[in-house]
Amino acid sequence: MTLSSAPHSHLDDLESESIHIFREVMAGFQRPVMLYSIGKDSSVLLHLLRKAFRPARSPIPLLHVDTTWKFREMIAFREQVAAAGDVEVLVHINEDGVRQGISPLTHGSTVHTDVMKTAGLKQALDKYGFDAAIGGARRDEEKSRAKERVFSFRNAQHRWDPKSQRPEFWNTYNTHIRKGESVRVFPLSNWTEMDVWLYIQRENIPVVPLYFAKPRPVVERDGALIMVDDERFTLNEGERVQLREVRFRTLGCYPLTGAVESSADTLAKVIDEMARSRSSERQGRVIDQDPTASMERKKQEGYF
Amino acid sequence: MTTPNPPQAAAAAKSLLRFITCGSVDDGKSTLLGRLLYDAGMVPDDQLAALARDSRRQHAEAGDTDALDFSLLTDGLDAERQQGITIDVAYRYFHTARRSFIVADCPGHEQYTRNMATGASNAELAVVLVDARKGLLPQTRRHTYICGLLGIRQVVLAVNKMDLVDFDQATYDAITGEYRALADSLGIGQVHCLPVAAPTGENVGARSARMPWYTGASLLELLETIDAAPFRAQDFRMPVQWVNRPDQSFRGYAGTISGGSVACGDEIVVQPGLQQARVERILGAAGELQRAQAGQAVTLCLSREVDASRGDVIADALRPAPVADQFTCHVLWLGDAALLPNRTYLLKVGTRTVNARVMSIKHKVDVNSQAKLAARHLELNEVGYCTIGLDDEIAFEPYASNRTLGGFILVDRHSNATVACGMLDFALGRSSNVHWQHVDIDKSVRGASKGQHPLCLWFTGLSGAGKSTIANLVERKLHALGYHTYLLDGDNVRHGINKDLGFTPEDRVENIRRIAEVAHLMVDAGLIVLVSAISPYRSERRSARELFGDGEFLEVFVDAPLAECERRDPKGLYRKARAGEIRNFTGIDAPYERPEAPDIHLLSGGQRAEQLAEQLTTQLLGQVESGSVPD
Repeated sequence: MTLSSAPHSHLDDLESESIHIFREVMAGFQRPVMLYSIGKDSSVLLHLLRKAFRPARSPIPLLHVDTTWKFREMIAFREQVAAAGDVEVLVHINEDGVRQGISPLTHGSTVHTDVMKTAGLKQALDKYGFDAAIGGARRDEEKSRAKERVFSFRNAQHRWDPKSQRPEFWNTYNTHIRKGESVRVFPLSNWTEMDVWLYIQRENIPVVPLYFAKPRPVVERDGALIMVDDERFTLNEGERVQLREVRFRTLGCYPLTGAVESSADTLAKVIDEMARSRSSERQGRVIDQDPTASMERKKQEGYF
Repeated sequence: MTTPNPPQAAAAAKSLLRFITCGSVDDGKSTLLGRLLYDAGMVPDDQLAALARDSRRQHAEAGDTDALDFSLLTDGLDAERQQGITIDVAYRYFHTARRSFIVADCPGHEQYTRNMATGASNAELAVVLVDARKGLLPQTRRHTYICGLLGIRQVVLAVNKMDLVDFDQATYDAITGEYRALADSLGIGQVHCLPVAAPTGENVGARSARMPWYTGASLLELLETIDAAPFRAQDFRMPVQWVNRPDQSFRGYAGTISGGSVACGDEIVVQPGLQQARVERILGAAGELQRAQAGQAVTLCLSREVDASRGDVIADALRPAPVADQFTCHVLWLGDAALLPNRTYLLKVGTRTVNARVMSIKHKVDVNSQAKLAARHLELNEVGYCTIGLDDEIAFEPYASNRTLGGFILVDRHSNATVACGMLDFALGRSSNVHWQHVDIDKSVRGASKGQHPLCLWFTGLSGAGKSTIANLVERKLHALGYHTYLLDGDNVRHGINKDLGFTPEDRVENIRRIAEVAHLMVDAGLIVLVSAISPYRSERRSARELFGDGEFLEVFVDAPLAECERRDPKGLYRKARAGEIRNFTGIDAPYERPEAPDIHLLSGGQRAEQLAEQLTTQLLGQVESGSVPD
């Protein structure tokens, strides 16, 4: 046999690496799940999940931890994915949090995220007994993520210990855990934000329209542009709703997600805008801003 | 400040270089990498603002409040920022017009060597830093050794902090000369050297005017142009990850090709067996393919049904991989507890997981001098050249020709921690030349002629807990009832077959291994075997159990509190241990790992041995009675 001369691009390498990781999860765990957040990274992850097991149906279900504060367009998009019928979509809401009336508007981002997202996720993982949870985090997003393994061990309390991570060699992953323990797996570890967009373009992957610029009703609050997505949003004194041409670089709970002013209304324009951008992706997230290393703390506590 | 990168519309076609930065602590790795990202225009404005703020906060006391501390760009963990050191590998992603880069910034401290090795395992090139004032340090040598061990063949030596030696060429020449000799001796083929000063960016993004005597490329130019294609093995190999079988009409073998290429119509063999077939279809990520090559994740459909499952290797039928179950290899030990020869660990190579034992440590390597030293065990971060034996044969390749089929990890069977990485060298000839001889009379026939089901009753517990007393009583009762028994006592075997063994952890492991093997032979001979031995380690008790069939091995935990055993002290050993006259005494200065789920748990604190033996014998009778008698 001779070596084929066809050159392989950077994206092909990343794609194969991710598919390899999905298959290792399937082979190494009893009850894996893919955490589906509806954002662009999740869209890429879902695309790769389908590829990894084709022509079989994906043996791994999706789980969305719904904080009840996602953009309405995100939920509509999730329902389309579920309606496609080739992947099981599970939705979990922390009903305790709902009963307590937890809201990012009244309780602030920290409490809201702790209760509706972090605690909600733990509830769902325990309820279904998932032993491996696949997520779309990338190492280029944030400093503590830059340090995390592809297969990241969690103890029975879902905690991450950054000081004693398992060493990880080549693509030979250790999938052995005890009952009650679990791992988080990040197939997109080595992808950058730009890789994600270029891949979405190449593979024609559907994403939530919120990533593309359009006139949207927004309020300026603490330096961020917050979209008024439903009637639960209350205006503070002096605030007014303006229609501005904006788009989102990342998606989360709408009161916690800042929009950027942009006229990039197509994929090509988004990619072009990003290549010229001088600010980082998570800038728009209210949750990440200081104190430094807050994401590391959240992760130790079980945040994804 | 340089301008941002031009839009990377062509990014998809650019080549990718994976490299690490390493070197001794305080040689300025994180600063250099931060500066490199900055010079490549890869630090977004909001991060730059945060960096300026953090730099001021971090260095407020030093009075130097305007300079940017580039190390803060890469040290991401709380503990790292607090201590000003790097604990774990940080991955960074950047690109220039020519290339995309994945950098693993590796920690310098010796205690974090396992994290450094993690970074090196996926790299094609290493940037090794040296402080111009200090020259080569032990960590420089250690990291260079590990780079060589993990197969990195290209190194860029960056002699840093040149500003602190007045940009002196003689200092630089002396260091690079010494380093080249080191790299040579470690089999690192190519070394590129350059002088840098990271904080002010001399020779980082652009060539420095301060060192006119250096006429080579800047670090960034070097990284952009160096030829470091990822290592690719030649012969077609694909470890099977998963069998894809959605319905009767489709059966495919999913995996990532680890070497060579494969085309439809090629003859393949499923290893370690000999079944052959032809490749009929190749499903790639983008759909049907005629040919696929190393690095691609594919699903292969074959011309006929073969018995292939996860862990098997699909290989070129004309050039199959070697198959063996004993090897020589290098092991880098990463566990907190030492590697003990003859202890069973899980070995994972490619997609195959199999029980393995290090049979002997030929020598360990002093990574500073590369001297070969005698060793009985390996401690954290030590490298040894070992022989290793597996429970089953595997298809493999020497690490030098295929990283996937030659690189392995060892996993502790109790904690599940990854305790080692290893590199297979070659197969030991003896493994393939020793075969199992078939015999017609087997265990069940031998047992039946004695009218019993053979089994092994394994008594474990502290010295003085009553193991031997109870085992002796049980044997008398069974014997009286006409059963054929043998009591293998831990003390007694030390007078003969285990005469050469002491009480170190290594020797205890071997002691139990031999007792278990002898017990296994005796059970095979049809006997009911009672083993009485402290057998303090879970791992070895588990290995003993695994020699036997289902229901053939019963672990009996003779459980008495240490204080009670010490009070009884039938042989006066506790007294001597307390007096320091004997060492490594279980319960005193050596551990006893309690069984977590013994088959039989005897609380021997208060009850009399006679009662316990009676109880145990009654329980046993149901299991040893034979229903069938030979004709």
